[in-house]
Amino acid sequence: MTARNPQLNAEGKLTHLLTLEGLPASVIAEILDTAHPFVSVGEREVKKVPLLRGKAIFNLFFESSTRTRTTFEIAAKRLSADVINLNIGASSTSKGETLLDTVDNLVAMNADMFVVRHAQSGAAHLIATHLAATGRPHVHVVNAGDGRHAHPSQGLLDLYTIRHYKKDFGALSVAIVGDVLHSRVARSLIHGLSTLGAPDIRVIGPATLLPTGVESLGVRRFHDMRAGLAGCDVVVMLRLQNERMRGALLPSTGEFFKHYGLTAEKLALAKPDAIVMHPGPMNRGVEIDSAVADGARSVILPQVTFGIAVRMAVMSMIAGN
Amino acid sequence: MADAPALPDAEAALAELAARMAPAVAHDAAFVGIYSGGAWVAERLAKVLPGDHPVGFIDVAFYRDDYKRSGLKANTRRTELPFDVEGATIVLVDDVLYTGRSVRAAINELFDFGRPDTIELAVLVDRGGRELPIEPTYTGTRLAVARDLSIVLSRDDSGRLAIGVEPAAAP
Amino acid sequence: MRIAIRGGQVVDPASGLDRIATLCIADGRIAALGEAPEGFRADREIDATGLVVAPGLVDLAARLREPGQEHKATLDSELRAAIAGGVTSLACPPDTDPPLDEPGLVEMLKQRARFLQRAHVYPVGALTRRLEGAELAEMGELVDAGCVAFSQADRPLVDTQVLLRAMQYAATFGHRVWLRPQDAHLARGGVAHDGDVATRLGLPAIPVIAETVALATILAVVRATGVRVHLCRLSSAEGVALVRAAKAEGLPVTADVGVHHLHLCDVDVGWFDPLANFVPPLRATRDRDALRAGVAEGTIDAVCSDHAPVDDDAKQLPFAEADPGATGLELLLPLTLKWASETATPLASALARITCRPAAILGVDAGTLAVGAPADVVVFDPRRAWRLERAALESQGKNTPFLGFELVGRVCATLVAGAIVHERR
Repeated sequence: MTARNPQLNAEGKLTHLLTLEGLPASVIAEILDTAHPFVSVGEREVKKVPLLRGKAIFNLFFESSTRTRTTFEIAAKRLSADVINLNIGASSTSKGETLLDTVDNLVAMNADMFVVRHAQSGAAHLIATHLAATGRPHVHVVNAGDGRHAHPSQGLLDLYTIRHYKKDFGALSVAIVGDVLHSRVARSLIHGLSTLGAPDIRVIGPATLLPTGVESLGVRRFHDMRAGLAGCDVVVMLRLQNERMRGALLPSTGEFFKHYGLTAEKLALAKPDAIVMHPGPMNRGVEIDSAVADGARSVILPQVTFGIAVRMAVMSMIAGN
Repeated sequence: MADAPALPDAEAALAELAARMAPAVAHDAAFVGIYSGGAWVAERLAKVLPGDHPVGFIDVAFYRDDYKRSGLKANTRRTELPFDVEGATIVLVDDVLYTGRSVRAAINELFDFGRPDTIELAVLVDRGGRELPIEPTYTGTRLAVARDLSIVLSRDDSGRLAIGVEPAAAP
Repeated sequence: MRIAIRGGQVVDPASGLDRIATLCIADGRIAALGEAPEGFRADREIDATGLVVAPGLVDLAARLREPGQEHKATLDSELRAAIAGGVTSLACPPDTDPPLDEPGLVEMLKQRARFLQRAHVYPVGALTRRLEGAELAEMGELVDAGCVAFSQADRPLVDTQVLLRAMQYAATFGHRVWLRPQDAHLARGGVAHDGDVATRLGLPAIPVIAETVALATILAVVRATGVRVHLCRLSSAEGVALVRAAKAEGLPVTADVGVHHLHLCDVDVGWFDPLANFVPPLRATRDRDALRAGVAEGTIDAVCSDHAPVDDDAKQLPFAEADPGATGLELLLPLTLKWASETATPLASALARITCRPAAILGVDAGTLAVGAPADVVVFDPRRAWRLERAALESQGKNTPFLGFELVGRVCATLVAGAIVHERR
């Protein structure tokens, strides 16, 4: 029943990235500051620095995601690391090998770092706890998304993006719209924004898609999107998955778009210089109108660029601790 | 500090360095200063030496060889090289040359941008204590201090440079 | 064998006896309480100075994992755990593999347990065939084979018509029905209490209404049929309130709570600790406090261990994939005493929840120290502290959130049918 944050080592330095919850503001700021020069590495002709040369980074994806896996792979390779991709999916579980057995086998192959995506909340914590319990302090874990719980690197790149365009968190209104209940992106961003002092965080969605007690995360809940967007500086649209219709959470994507889709007309209720973000991949016409997605206030593509730099920063900071 | 060595005047050393470079350095050589002291020196040299010298700045944080020991230090400075490194004549500029490791890192980084024709090294202060086979092409002044001290260059609001010493940071 | 237990504080909640006295045993029964009878010569004397002498504990829910799940535990290891924990009578739920819906299986289980000569095992039979909730099990045959009640274990009856008919049929013959109030649909996919912790951790959640909707349904059927129902493992404040109202109304219901739920709440999940994965889930502090109050006032009649030994492999998984449950037979006594000391509940009152009250629910001759009663006795040190380590547990299940904790209350000797079956030192 220990509550010590397992992401920090004995010296209080980041050794794993599991969640933004409980990460001190100074650590978050350090990551964002470190990411800044990494952005320019991507603009050079030789997009590499030798920091992680010789390190073996394993992408352990139990839930398939080409997009996230690719950005982590690019980030690791720009750090000159060796990247090995493992799409576990159903194959290993059908052979009966447990998650921890897989990890142990890879550690025996001298893995230095695991980038893990799993369908269950807590999977990354399980691995980090296991590594600590079995005496391997030099093997690091980066959570690339565990169930509904956390997607900390996405949260960080979202924070980086907001900081890039808005500079100061101290006066921001941020609206997060859509399926918050199932969203690890939303949870991570909420924790990050709270820690950095954003005073007004709003979640907007139907009652079926907002978790019980969401206010305890320090947010205001809105069912009316127009009311929720009023005066916002940042609008973050979440992806809606098709399964939600089958679970009787929503009747149809059409009805969702009517109430909660971001159109130019609704966006006009936010501040005139508000930015529009989306973790991707977008469902055009479901959560967001194409015109808005491709419009002047959209920073969706810069998010991707920043995402590589932020992941480079995280991996190089962790691997050095 | 009873045994404080007599410190040389930075402005005089800069003048000495520029005098040594003037007859020898190529007219179109680019001056690339290593942050942050080397960057100040590079800027001053470009103003004082004749010719058309593009000025660039290099941050060696990602190329240091002490990453495994000390980890990555947060930094926000970016390498900026506003000229084509491919085929260029470059003078790498640093404020204090000591072990030679920063210069090694800077050379490695430059090569990731392209293949220069030549690289020369200009340093304001050479304190000896080399750990790698690196020698400056142009030197402003020499100064030896104890191992537990660091030589640091500072710049005041008017842009005037000064050489000081302080206790070395723990490794 | 004639045994005399001398100098201990004899506590019998059923009769109100609570004083230093001598307990004499002969021919497997309690021969005398108070003073040794004239000419009583004991073959064996137990010095119980400074210790408590109480009825052997009666546990309403202990999974023995046989038949079918021997990789998790066996009758041998778990009955050894029972007597190490001072439990002399226990009821085991029907969710074995295959489930206890066949008289032959029940007979075999009883026979194996008898052969081991440790605690008395009272099987609870399956209410429906294979626990599938569609067809009735042969309750009459199962009672003949030794079942004391019928339940669905952790598999709620979805079809309310089957529920009604099963209860009516049981009522006809006076069989007891034990039900866990959990609505299958509302609980579907959930692994944690629907509250702030699950929201933060992103765990699929089970709302309190999963319990209250099911309770309301069960109570309505009880009202309509008059069947006696025992409600297993309450978990919420609203649930306790519903049971309180039902008892006030005079409905024939009893209730129990798992001993871990008297202490822990959802915050104890920490960073996804699978040891804190329970069914029903650990709920909020206010629910735990209501459960404690419910036990104190008698709305909840009994406390049980809800013993569920789980192998390490099945716990070292992401939270939602791990098997739920904790080992409990050896923790029932110390955790009950911990609750008692934290709530200033007198010892006799606390012991009642794990002796005579569960015995009454089971309908068996146990849980008391009356003269002539079977000599099922536990002698324990109420002040002895011990560290809960894996090695200290007899059970094959080493899974409990209390691992590493110091607990107070240690069994010194356990007697079943007048024989000393467990002794420490």
